[in-house]
Amino acid sequence: MASDLTRLSLAEAREGLRARKFSAVELTRAYLGAMEAARGLNAYITETPDLALEQAAASDARLAAGTAGSLEGLPLAIKDLYATRGVLTTAASHILDGFTPTYESTVTTSLWREGAVMLGKANMDEFAMGGSNENSYYGPVVNPWRRNGDTAALVPGGSSGGSAAAVAADLCVAALGTDTGGSIRQPAAFTGTVGIKPTYGRCSRFGIIAFASSLEQAGPMTKTVTDAAILLGAIAGHDPHDSTSVPVPVPDYAAALTGDLRGKKIGIPKEYRVDGMPAEIEAWWQKGADWLRAAGAEVVEVSLPHSRHALPAYYIVAPAEASSNLARYDGVRFGLRVPGKDLTEMYENTRGEGFGKEVRRRILIGTYVLSAGYYDAYYSRAQKLRRLIANDFETAFETVDAILAPTTPSAAFASGEKADPLSMYLGDVFTVTANLAGLPAMSVPAGLSAEGLPLGLQVIGKAFDEAGVLNVGYALERAAGFDAKPAAWWRA
Amino acid sequence: MSELIKGATGDWEMVIGLEVHAQVVSNAKLFSGAATAFGAAPNSQVSTVDAGFPGMLPVINAYCVEQAVRTGLGLKAKINLTSVFDRKNYFYADLPNGYQISQYKDPIVGEGRLLLDMPDGSTREIGITRLHLEQDAGKSLHDQHPNLTFVDLNRAGVALMEIVSEPDMRTAEEAALYITKLRTVLRYLGTCDGNMEEGSMRADVNVSVRRPGAPFGTRCEIKNVNSIRFVRAAIEYEARRQIEILEDGGEIRQETRLFDSVKGVTRSMRSKEDAHDYRYFPDPDLLPLVLDAEWVKGIEAGLPELPDEKKARLVAEYGIKPYDAWVLVAEREPADFFEAVAKGRDPKLAASWVMGDFFAMLNRLGKSVTESPVSAESLGQLIDLISDNTISGRIAKEVFEAMVETGKAPAAIVEEKGLRQVTDTGAIEAAIDDVLAKNQDKVAEYRSGKDKLFGFFVGQVMKATQGKANPAAVNDILKAKLQG
Repeated sequence: MASDLTRLSLAEAREGLRARKFSAVELTRAYLGAMEAARGLNAYITETPDLALEQAAASDARLAAGTAGSLEGLPLAIKDLYATRGVLTTAASHILDGFTPTYESTVTTSLWREGAVMLGKANMDEFAMGGSNENSYYGPVVNPWRRNGDTAALVPGGSSGGSAAAVAADLCVAALGTDTGGSIRQPAAFTGTVGIKPTYGRCSRFGIIAFASSLEQAGPMTKTVTDAAILLGAIAGHDPHDSTSVPVPVPDYAAALTGDLRGKKIGIPKEYRVDGMPAEIEAWWQKGADWLRAAGAEVVEVSLPHSRHALPAYYIVAPAEASSNLARYDGVRFGLRVPGKDLTEMYENTRGEGFGKEVRRRILIGTYVLSAGYYDAYYSRAQKLRRLIANDFETAFETVDAILAPTTPSAAFASGEKADPLSMYLGDVFTVTANLAGLPAMSVPAGLSAEGLPLGLQVIGKAFDEAGVLNVGYALERAAGFDAKPAAWWRA
Repeated sequence: MSELIKGATGDWEMVIGLEVHAQVVSNAKLFSGAATAFGAAPNSQVSTVDAGFPGMLPVINAYCVEQAVRTGLGLKAKINLTSVFDRKNYFYADLPNGYQISQYKDPIVGEGRLLLDMPDGSTREIGITRLHLEQDAGKSLHDQHPNLTFVDLNRAGVALMEIVSEPDMRTAEEAALYITKLRTVLRYLGTCDGNMEEGSMRADVNVSVRRPGAPFGTRCEIKNVNSIRFVRAAIEYEARRQIEILEDGGEIRQETRLFDSVKGVTRSMRSKEDAHDYRYFPDPDLLPLVLDAEWVKGIEAGLPELPDEKKARLVAEYGIKPYDAWVLVAEREPADFFEAVAKGRDPKLAASWVMGDFFAMLNRLGKSVTESPVSAESLGQLIDLISDNTISGRIAKEVFEAMVETGKAPAAIVEEKGLRQVTDTGAIEAAIDDVLAKNQDKVAEYRSGKDKLFGFFVGQVMKATQGKANPAAVNDILKAKLQG
């Protein structure tokens, strides 16, 4: 029974709870058991079983009383970038040692208000910087998926690698991630799960530990597109505590899932056919276009001419903001402090020991590009490119309703395979554009590679048209019929 | 007013510009809801936003924006309907985020002006370059522990207006007048309490010297000077220092200096080469601040009468001298007090009483207008008693002292002490006859041409009547009798 419960989608589990086929406590216990058996994946930094059971019992009471919220009794994994009141919050960094917030992020507050249950805090790349989840102070996350006939550990992608692995390995019914340059979509693609990054401003960033403020958004990582629609509906909305959140109404996303794309136009950006892209990625992309055509859409080629500038622009803007956002980790008020003979030495010792290599690299890059004499050459130009990239999308969306592209240029790779940071950064080539332009984008599993690894297709939509994006994703999901699961080797 | 400084090799002129940091009057901080009251227990007015906790975001306090706009309007400045908040990045223990949210390229207020009220009654216009909003930092306390620094974040995040002047001032006195006038305007507007001793107004002073008519010299910036007296002293010391260097054939290095108020000297803090690179960039947590033109108009319509206008009106309505008018309007309360006294009365008499005996009394008691033992109403009544000849001006001074001491109404004091002026010519005549009879030798001297003795007779008559005789009547009758 237990393992069966963990296989349910969020929508199915919700049905089951509402029909009282099983209790929230039973469902939660099933997940806690699965988590215990999957410690080798290192998907969670902190497990919160006592809190989860307490929340589940309260959910059962509300289910019985008929006062259930929209996520009542559903056990979730929360990326450890969200501040959770009274629960260790680390951003997977040594520098936040022992940091237990006295406040709760707006997005998780919404989840608990709707009755959701927290299983724990999911592992991630330190401060959300990375694409493989190898940059965690708490150790790498292992992808539940392996290549056919191979036991080599693969990365789950990043930075929301723990959330993705937890969803793929049925260690939660769904998870929250964050996406700054692809941190939801890329791990979703690597683990055969669904992930959506909403429009910039759709969800509150209050209480999410900041990496690159102008790029990042909260978003769901789920087993199905329907689950993503339900979860997004619960976390979206204006928040007066976040000046960049936008006061626009939140539609019923789940109700928009018809799979019917008649009258819709889908764009295929020709610039996304990059050199050296594996043939099977191209083939699945083609297949995706065919599926959408079959769902009634007209598929046309579009041009996003400034796409090739997206990666360099991203790797200037994001580190610039990070260099400033991470200045607060100075050993003075919270987290790690490594003493020194004076204030400057204490800063140096604390930050030198507290931050991992990738974080230090990006702080240095960011400090450099904002420096006097370099600002115009780097930061200003990157911001101009960002405008041009956004303009490309605006022009494209004059003729099409959504854009279809691969999520990643490859399937999951092996741990340690991309030691060179540049090759790691190149993995973000298809995802960073949506962050730079602030547009909603999602990844949906398309199928398995020749090596037996999941591959994702990406749908990019107009600002605040998450409903449209989800519906295209839903059409892809139905056509793909992706129901593969990783063999549960970690239980052995 | 260009006052040159004599050097060994000729005359020098100072060029001074000021950056004044004025704490905005507001119950809450610029980007958090935390309170701002002065003097609270350390770290008792700190939110997780002010302390730079992970995931916290700034949200602009609309009232602080309104105060900045109000100040801009009071300085006759251009209000920028779109302005941008930037991050000024540097590390310090009392700067929790590692950056200060400020406005760099696009401030909320642009060019304006401030009129200085010179002692000769003229005015001098000083240009305002800009005003921008920014957060204050916390306070580092280095004297609480032998080898630790304590940090108090109560001030962290409090809204400041940085008001930058053009380098238009030429003497330390002008700089002092500038700060005084700016404080007056801010207090009228209610946007800054101007209490320099509490740190709610602080000045960075830029000083350079040049030969008269020559281009600007290299300037030094003296940071965080916290009283008008120190501003004056710092400028005078700094100008002398620069002149000495230049006259010895040296060069001024552009640098930031500190004023040591104990020794009265400025000291180098850091040179231009060591200056921080603040890596300013627009704060991605805040959208550009866009103001509605109608909203700005509404604030403008609600502005109080400002000192320049009040001064002009007092000069026009009450016929008082411009510099006297400035003395009255320098603070709001004396001006209000004066107007309450002067309304419907002889303005010159009112001005002379308010600025004379009344201010002298306050000075003597060390009290402010609002703490005065004499209300505007009773001072007005005293003036009425003079105007209707109930008492003379001299007796009025005695009555006034009694009012200060007892707080009683002037009419009551006059009755109680029997100070009512004698206007009965019969009684005055009798007193005069008596005086003349007792001093026949002096009468003879007077009549033989010693006119100066007239004052002696007046004095004797007043003495005989305990000062209550109407002085005009005494003069007339005495003159007639002496001639007779």
